[in-house]
Amino acid sequence: MKKLNKNFWVGIIVALAFYGVVQVLLTTGIFTDVTRSMLLLIGVNIMLAVSLNLITGITGQFSIGHAGFMSVGAYTSAILTLDYNVPFIPGILAGGLLAAVFGVLIGMPTLRLNGDYLAIATLGFGEIIRIIMLNTEYVGGASGLSGIPAKTTWTMLFLFTLITVVVINNFIGSTHGRACIAIRENEIAAEAMGINTTRYKIIAFTIGALFAGMAGGLSAHTFYVITPGSFNFLKSFEIIVMVVLGGLGSTAGSIVGAVFVTLLYTYLREFPEWRMIIYSIVLILMMIFRPSGLLGKTKFSLGRFGKKEAKANDAISESSAP
Amino acid sequence: MEYFIQQLINGISVGSIYALIALGYTMVYGIIKLINFAHGDVFMVGSFIGLYSAKYLANAGFSPVVVLVLSLVISMTISGLLGITIERLAYKPLRKSTRIAALITAIGVSFLLEYTGVLILGPQAQGFPDIMDKKQYTLFGTSIQVESNQVMILLTTIILMVILQYIVRYTKTGKAMRAVSFDVEAARLMGINVDRTISATFAIGSALAAAAGVIFGMTYNSVDPLMGVMPGLKAFVAAVLGGIGSIPGALVGGLLLGTVETEISSLGFSSWRDGVAFAVLILILIFKPSGLFGKNVREKV
Repeated sequence: MKKLNKNFWVGIIVALAFYGVVQVLLTTGIFTDVTRSMLLLIGVNIMLAVSLNLITGITGQFSIGHAGFMSVGAYTSAILTLDYNVPFIPGILAGGLLAAVFGVLIGMPTLRLNGDYLAIATLGFGEIIRIIMLNTEYVGGASGLSGIPAKTTWTMLFLFTLITVVVINNFIGSTHGRACIAIRENEIAAEAMGINTTRYKIIAFTIGALFAGMAGGLSAHTFYVITPGSFNFLKSFEIIVMVVLGGLGSTAGSIVGAVFVTLLYTYLREFPEWRMIIYSIVLILMMIFRPSGLLGKTKFSLGRFGKKEAKANDAISESSAP
Repeated sequence: MEYFIQQLINGISVGSIYALIALGYTMVYGIIKLINFAHGDVFMVGSFIGLYSAKYLANAGFSPVVVLVLSLVISMTISGLLGITIERLAYKPLRKSTRIAALITAIGVSFLLEYTGVLILGPQAQGFPDIMDKKQYTLFGTSIQVESNQVMILLTTIILMVILQYIVRYTKTGKAMRAVSFDVEAARLMGINVDRTISATFAIGSALAAAAGVIFGMTYNSVDPLMGVMPGLKAFVAAVLGGIGSIPGALVGGLLLGTVETEISSLGFSSWRDGVAFAVLILILIFKPSGLFGKNVREKV
């Protein structure tokens, strides 16, 4: 426990130092607007990847509907700040909360499913949310909402990202997180050991959806415009790709994956015709040659950085990740 | 009533397309438990091959029926080979790895096909040549109309289904396919070449998707490199609806989904069509996860 605490505080200090450096670079104008919006995008993607990792990497519930939660959060907070003049932070929080409600709603009926069936059901839910937005005139239909005030600042984004990572990482380390890992490893055995699998699956979905919703709100307040099309299943795939490329089940991996994919996407933008082709080849090669992801199961750890989380988790890569 | 039947006929012709694509999903899933997301894009490739061969053959002065049959055969052959290539290069190295890695690879292959298509063919839609003159037939003196195209679609689907049933039931490959889908290890022990059987499954599935692509082109007269995404997803829904792994299930699921969609559109909710398809999927998954024709598989401890 002591070690975890030390790691925790060092992590926080490193993150704050990073924040300070970027803040200085932004205020002195060394970082351009392009860099700034890329940083914001990276932050949003980290929130999405870390929250999906809780559902898929830790609890083992394969979900391809994460963009749906993001869209609920984005629309809710955008409507609140646009039409009801709600201040920024409560708006984002409300978006996250509504997304969490959807997390419960989606979690409950789909609990009977597992593996591929759950994946397809969540994909269906994500698409249904998109189609509802598409057909609701109040939220702008296909053309979406525009003129959302760009209130997401670097400081705000940093705070939300830090909170997401800290809360989810501490959850994973707690008794409840261990229960979730037990469900991932073997649901029947977990049930037999007295773990209320239903409850933990819903908890995972709810927390995951909460942070995805906040990420959605933040991204809506970064880019002025949201359309239903930007939250389709391709976006969900993108988030899964971040989690898997980084290393399924590792918070650090999700962060690295989110940064990697965002940078790859941004830099490939200069070659529009080749962008998706290169991206897809990277995906395929990565899965063939390093299916455990960039960091595997690595955890944040001092001194032993890079050492895989020993014993208990080693069997995972072979077994039942969905 | 007549209007309803009219929509039913239209629905069946849309449904045949879903059914043909769904067969590929269901066969591949039945054997290697992989949701082959690239399947919808094989459908797209098949459609384009059909387009170019039909144009070429029509210019060479063949009669319409020959053009249709030949372009179907060419498209199915090349797409079948494409299916085998995809399986060999992308999925085979992953046979032993996790399901999620295989799924990500399938998504990667799907993007690769789509955007290679965009690179080579351009993102804009292209017109599909009219292979046959479209005629309208009126049924039994009522106002119900059937297009020659729809008759052709249904005929093609039925012929392909019969061939498929024959292959799966009576040929050696078909028996091997059933054995492998039942138990890979046992099949291997009995001397079945599992790799070759999986290749054959991909070839047949891809060929059927290509046929669906040609039919789709003829029905909607427009094809583009990203057209495979939605039909691919819907066909997957159809496969799940019928009970994934079951061939008659894919057929029934496809026809059912096509009909439901067309009826929804005809009631004036066409923009909700895709939503209804997914809602049907979720209801089926919740109440009968094994699908209409699926077997209940109990998890062993």
